[in-house]
Amino acid sequence: MLPRYILRRLLGAIPTLLILITIAFFLIRIAPGGPFDDDKTLPPEVQANLDAKYNLDQPLITQYFMYLGSVLRGDLGPSFQYSDYTVNELIAEGFPVSLRLGGTALIVALVFGVAIGTIAAWRQNSRLDYLLMGSAMTGIAIPNFVLAPILILLFAVYFGWLPAGGWSGGAARNMVLPVIALALPYMAYVARLTRGSMVETLRSDFVRTARAKGLPEWKILGKHSLKVALLPVVSYLGPAAAAIITGSVVIEQIFGLPGMGRYFVQGALNRDYTLVMGVVIVIGVLIVVFNLIVDLIYALIDPRIRYE
Amino acid sequence: MHPRPRPVIDAHPICYHPRMRYLVTLYCLVLGALGLVACGPGSMEEPDVPVQRWNLPEVVYTEDGRPDPSILADRQILHRGVGTQPQGLDPQITEGVPSSTVQRDLFESLVVRAPDGSIIPGGARRWEVSEDGLYWTFHLRENARWSNGDALDAHDWLYSFRRAVDPGTGSRTAILLKPILHAEDIIGGRRPVEDLGVTVIDDYTLQLRLEAPNPLLTEILTHSVAYPVHRPTVEAHGDGWARPDAMVSNGAFKLAELAMQSHIRLVRNPYFWDVDNVIIEEVFHYPIEDLAAELMRYRAGELDWTYDLPATQFNWIEANLADELVVSDWFGTYYFGFNTLREPFDDPRVTVALSLAIDRDIITEKLTRFGQTPSFSFTPPGLDGYDPPQPEWVSWTQQQREDHARALMAEAGFGPDNPLRVEIRYNTHEDHKRVSLAIAAMWLETLGVRATLINEEFRVFLATRRARAITEVFRAGWIGNYLDPMYFLELFHSENQQNDVGFFNDEYDALLARAARTPDRAERFAILAEAEKMLLETQPFAPIYTYVTTRLVKPYVRGWESNLVDQHASRWMYLLRQDPVAPARNRRGDP
Repeated sequence: MLPRYILRRLLGAIPTLLILITIAFFLIRIAPGGPFDDDKTLPPEVQANLDAKYNLDQPLITQYFMYLGSVLRGDLGPSFQYSDYTVNELIAEGFPVSLRLGGTALIVALVFGVAIGTIAAWRQNSRLDYLLMGSAMTGIAIPNFVLAPILILLFAVYFGWLPAGGWSGGAARNMVLPVIALALPYMAYVARLTRGSMVETLRSDFVRTARAKGLPEWKILGKHSLKVALLPVVSYLGPAAAAIITGSVVIEQIFGLPGMGRYFVQGALNRDYTLVMGVVIVIGVLIVVFNLIVDLIYALIDPRIRYE
Repeated sequence: MHPRPRPVIDAHPICYHPRMRYLVTLYCLVLGALGLVACGPGSMEEPDVPVQRWNLPEVVYTEDGRPDPSILADRQILHRGVGTQPQGLDPQITEGVPSSTVQRDLFESLVVRAPDGSIIPGGARRWEVSEDGLYWTFHLRENARWSNGDALDAHDWLYSFRRAVDPGTGSRTAILLKPILHAEDIIGGRRPVEDLGVTVIDDYTLQLRLEAPNPLLTEILTHSVAYPVHRPTVEAHGDGWARPDAMVSNGAFKLAELAMQSHIRLVRNPYFWDVDNVIIEEVFHYPIEDLAAELMRYRAGELDWTYDLPATQFNWIEANLADELVVSDWFGTYYFGFNTLREPFDDPRVTVALSLAIDRDIITEKLTRFGQTPSFSFTPPGLDGYDPPQPEWVSWTQQQREDHARALMAEAGFGPDNPLRVEIRYNTHEDHKRVSLAIAAMWLETLGVRATLINEEFRVFLATRRARAITEVFRAGWIGNYLDPMYFLELFHSENQQNDVGFFNDEYDALLARAARTPDRAERFAILAEAEKMLLETQPFAPIYTYVTTRLVKPYVRGWESNLVDQHASRWMYLLRQDPVAPARNRRGDP
């Protein structure tokens, strides 16, 4: 039952991805300017040589089918901007960095967010609750591009404890600040979500029954309520995971991290068509996969949901 | 930027409970503190950073002119900011300042730039020019080696020049080589690559034959496109040869590591012919797009040399790091162009009036602030032997200029009853926006001109500007790739596709052609000055200021000099020993 369900869902994703590729392909071509435009114009001969090299001299529809063909073969094409690299190589280098950073941030956000939310709900309307939720609100309200420089200023410039930027192959000391900056808003959001649904769950009949039965409080919270209360968090996690793992442009720029996130923006600004398409496809696939995982987890924690 | 705590807290009625007061107060204090820090350097008073006092030895040189080993740091590892991620390291394909900066360390052309920007022998020991100026014979160094130890001779140079102009290579900069015989036809696919005017006389003599005498040839040869590439490597690896596992180069350094968007590590090339004079052992080039982030990393001690500085933090930098701030003249002009193909900008009275009404001092002193100088010509000053001509009103006061501008506008039929309406177009960027706003305000105040500001994303902007259809007034900048007025003035040649102002003048074109045929430098400059004077008379553009380069450099980095082209090869640099003064505040981070 389960494998068939997964297979059906994955097959169903193919038309979605095809539509995504098609729209993105033509959309970026509509934008004025080309990949080789710069302050100093290229002479027509040079422009023609470049267009020929990258098949940009073909009719757009031909280019589209050529592109689809190469995507099916798993080849995302050469990057126009980074001429020594193919898009496959750029993503292969950038994605593990984003995955590692985003994955760590996601786990941090989830563990602390759920814990904070649960405590806040458990001590609902207490000072603790207000302090935690107030901080969470602040966490959501302070944007990354403000938080990150503050962290660098404090911990790298003033105290000199941690590096101000760089990756060093993913050394722990290089990851601390970016992970905090990246995780904080997500953590805050998860905490608020958890608290909200936990408060509701704690008022429900089965919790009252559990209390009446004399179950210890930690069991009620940790085992019975949390499972139900996590449903909205889980559904939020699907798209959030895809977003956090494909990299954050802001965090990567500020900390100088070699992740994949910035390729999205840079690719678009440079009209690096193949790079933008490559990133779009990766993000599209990830969203499909994460949504599937979310649905599976849903069924796992809520027995009322069945694979249809 | 400031979090606003009140509304959030007011949403909870319990906050009015007296016992909650102290918590709320505490919370507000924390938020306030955060808000203060959030404003960051520059925009607010910051706690004073203890000034890092450097204790550096006196520079002494050995008899042969090298820095004495006793003053040098034990480890010669240089950390430089390089701007954005270089497009790539294949010298004949890529373009852009970041690529060129790294390639300058990796490769050596026939000629190179000394620290002061002048041209000195590089891969060639010496060269001579035939009397008619058409044949340039370069005598190559017999001890030149590739970074893998292979000998480097005239055949390598021949291969590289041919590769550059081969249409299949897809070079973005090949057109720079057009002074070489048939180069343009080869790039255009109209001739085979073997026709290129480059000949091997013997293993260590290379001859270039030109289309016409060209005094700028050595300037052009400093460009990346004229670097040699190692044939066996290129043939074995194809497009991926310029990567650490494969690359072979001929410069002072060789490529050791390339981490996209993170750093590029170069190590000294033991086979470099002049390796004895290269002191730096390793160079890290860091692409850091965000200027504020680059500044942070410099302050944290992770960089010795920044690529640029954020203009908004000028005050802070000047107050705290004045000793390390380096501002140098740059060979470029920031200007606003008028599309003279459209009314009323076809009327020189209007364009001159608009140009006169711009108070350049205000722009450089209040807006750009890093020491840019007001500009009234198109070719920037600083070139030996060429004094850019200036319009007569340079010596006037701003008041006189504005009076004259009003008179010209009235003559052209514009006045309070009939105000001129213009669109100012610029590519989306905070600095351009500020300058455009200032100019719009000056025009409104002086001439009653109603200006609308339009910003466009960079490539959209380039496309609109080039079309010359809807533009009226547009922001532009031009930075010299080589040190000659021709590089600036040919922009306004009728056939130049980048003549975005639409300046078409046969007489002007004829002057440029005459200058190109004139080998004598002084005579040529005189002709070019005449052309530039003609250009400035009608002001198809309003020059605003001459660019400067701004960066922070740690005081222990020596061996470099400010130069007009802003080219600083790491091979000239060295790091001084630092003697302890106080407990070190900053540790250098690993890359």
